[in-house]
Amino acid sequence: MTVETVGFWVVAAVLLASSLAVVLTPNLFHAVLYLAAALVATGVIFLLLDQPFLFAVQLLLYAGGVVTIVVFAIMLTERLVGERIRQTSRHLINGAIVAAAVFAGIAGFLLQAPLAVPRPEQAGDTTASIGRALAGPFAITFELLGVLLVTALIGALYFARGEE
Amino acid sequence: MIGLSSYLVLAALVFSIGLFGVLTRRNAVGILLGIELMLNAVNINLVAFARFHGDLTGLIFTLFTISITVAEVAVGLAIVIAIFRVRRTVEADRLDLLRG
Repeated sequence: MTVETVGFWVVAAVLLASSLAVVLTPNLFHAVLYLAAALVATGVIFLLLDQPFLFAVQLLLYAGGVVTIVVFAIMLTERLVGERIRQTSRHLINGAIVAAAVFAGIAGFLLQAPLAVPRPEQAGDTTASIGRALAGPFAITFELLGVLLVTALIGALYFARGEE
Repeated sequence: MIGLSSYLVLAALVFSIGLFGVLTRRNAVGILLGIELMLNAVNINLVAFARFHGDLTGLIFTLFTISITVAEVAVGLAIVIAIFRVRRTVEADRLDLLRG
């Protein structure tokens, strides 16, 4: 049992438990907190895959940005304390059947696929390579991403603005 | 040593859990949280494939997915807030204005 093996199983357990809590807890605010835990666990999985830069991006954008926005949205639409934040679920059985069927389908593909590739040695620092790729072959996509973010920002401002 | 298939099975499990949340939640914000979980599972897949095949493209795609998800969440929650202003509810079952 190496450190990586133990780390993987611990993080996998945390990720699955918090993901289940996100979809099952009746309190919407608690669901957001469990989502933050699941996102951090995903970041640690990125670390196990030798990608510290993606871990930082995951923490900053997902666990920092997305969770904050969702908490604000809940504060604006429901009362943070009290009964209204409790949410019920419906079609629990049907949802479980569909989700299990999708998982079975994916697992079937995984069993057939030739996945037993050995893990190659990490070739240097990926952060520098990512930076070079973003400024080189992916430069236009990168610029388009900036345009998309500005558009989304303006669109969100337009939708959520107060009545003047 | 943890193989590629372990990461893929973990991602598939997280994806299924997210799908379950999308299908069963009534609250629009709860549905968005399920979508977040599903996108997160896709990111795990992309990074795992990139690492095990020594290919940088998966990492770049993960960066793009994360950024686009942030934009999607911002617009989606703005729409939720706008709907709440008009209808005073974010229950997806009661938002049936477009039903014919």
